[in-house]
Amino acid sequence: MRLDLLDHHSRLDSPIHRLPAAVKLVAAVGLVVATVLLPASRPAGFALVAAAVAVAAVLSRIPPAFFGKRLLLLEPLALGVAVLAIFQPGGWRVFATVMVRTNLCLLTMILLSNTTPFADVLRVLQRVRVPPLLVTTLALMYRYLFVLADEVGRMGRARASRTFSPQRGVAWRSLAGIVSQLFIRSTERAERIYAAMCARGWQ
Amino acid sequence: MHIPDGFLDAKTVVATGALATGGLGFALRQVGARLPRRRVPLMGLAAAFVFAAQMLNFPVAGGTSGHLVGGVLTAVLLGPSAAVVVLSAVLIVQCFLFADGGVLALGANIFNMAIVNSVAGYGIYRAVRRLFGGLRGLVLASAFAAWCATVLAAVCCTGQLASSGTVAWVVAFPAMANVHMLIGLGEALITALVIAGVARARPELVEEGAPPRVGERYVEFAGFGVLVALGLALLVAPHASSLPDGLEKVAAALGFEHKAAQPLVAAPFGDYHLPGVKSAVWATAWAGAIGTVVVFALAWLLARSLVPKSRDDAAPPRR
Repeated sequence: MRLDLLDHHSRLDSPIHRLPAAVKLVAAVGLVVATVLLPASRPAGFALVAAAVAVAAVLSRIPPAFFGKRLLLLEPLALGVAVLAIFQPGGWRVFATVMVRTNLCLLTMILLSNTTPFADVLRVLQRVRVPPLLVTTLALMYRYLFVLADEVGRMGRARASRTFSPQRGVAWRSLAGIVSQLFIRSTERAERIYAAMCARGWQ
Repeated sequence: MHIPDGFLDAKTVVATGALATGGLGFALRQVGARLPRRRVPLMGLAAAFVFAAQMLNFPVAGGTSGHLVGGVLTAVLLGPSAAVVVLSAVLIVQCFLFADGGVLALGANIFNMAIVNSVAGYGIYRAVRRLFGGLRGLVLASAFAAWCATVLAAVCCTGQLASSGTVAWVVAFPAMANVHMLIGLGEALITALVIAGVARARPELVEEGAPPRVGERYVEFAGFGVLVALGLALLVAPHASSLPDGLEKVAAALGFEHKAAQPLVAAPFGDYHLPGVKSAVWATAWAGAIGTVVVFALAWLLARSLVPKSRDDAAPPRR
């Protein structure tokens, strides 16, 4: 998973980006609900949802290739489950409907995450009374995700430059070492962050 | 195992959403009541840690690779309630930022991967830990629990897909269970190696996870136990036995059955028989039973090979 693909375009400027986060959140969830609940016998409904997503995507000025790249990354996960649907009577129809629905929902969510900074989503969650502990956890997670991912990258590079014959057993052991070291460093960082939060008058 | 949107129907979305909201709310309440203020940042950092650790790929045979899921790992390191919150946060971020797992399927994903995976895994871990002490017991218990939890979560996931009518239970159960019995081996090995690594470097971090007083722990176990049992009874049990679909019964009793989305295909799946399919379900169930014993033995061997006899006593004390 490449982190720069996460919410790469969320800070662009466009009519869609300027909409309030709550509006976009409700609209996206509404589109997803509509897609999931639409009966399979009415392809016109799917076309309508697709048109809405397409208009929003064009207005958002996100390069179309980006959508393609993200969809391709996520497609195997959906296909893996959908393939199981083929092995039953009428399976191909189920498969086709499920894939259309899933791809529409994926596009909607990719559009949402790339037009709305996560901090704004968190502010909406706070306003609708999501427990503060969960919001704090999400906020800290988003803040330090990139820091820890960099740390993993550095530790991985350090290992790669020191081990010359990556046998599978050795690779597993050293990778597990990296993960356990990462956990230890995370707890130590959490203690430093707590001290810093207190120093700045947290709550 | 992330279920995307479009795979679950309305009644399953509502049921799993209710289960996940209840479970996450209960976990937040437990953590909020017990977590020392100085450990609040650790929740966010642990979530970022799980996310970062999931990005590391472990080489498996034939050029393929797998990655850690981390439910049991987090539950052992931080306690079950904290693990539910941490893994839910990971799933929420994955859903909103990466579109990995659907919005409407978020309840199902939280129930499978955050609640069943960590809570049931932690229950198995504690049960084994009660029998085997020392550092070896720690490695054995976490490896065995990680395997069981992975398979259990996969079975729950299959139950939800089958309840939605997206896939037929008789087809999906053997496929999902067998694949995850293999994937679970990887998860067990990574979990055990990582926990052994943490225990070696910072023994006080393992099992520190806010040790509760005895009474409080019963509340935690009872709450989560009821929730997981309810989920299994509604979503999995109807397929495994000849009982009528429990979820449909509840939907009918609550009166929103007619509001549920139309099934994708008119004919119900339960009424057909493909030759050999029923026996595949039984074969999978048997493989699961035998696999449990084999994995326990493997985990025991792993614990013996990872922890030399001399180090076994220098273990964190049993709680």
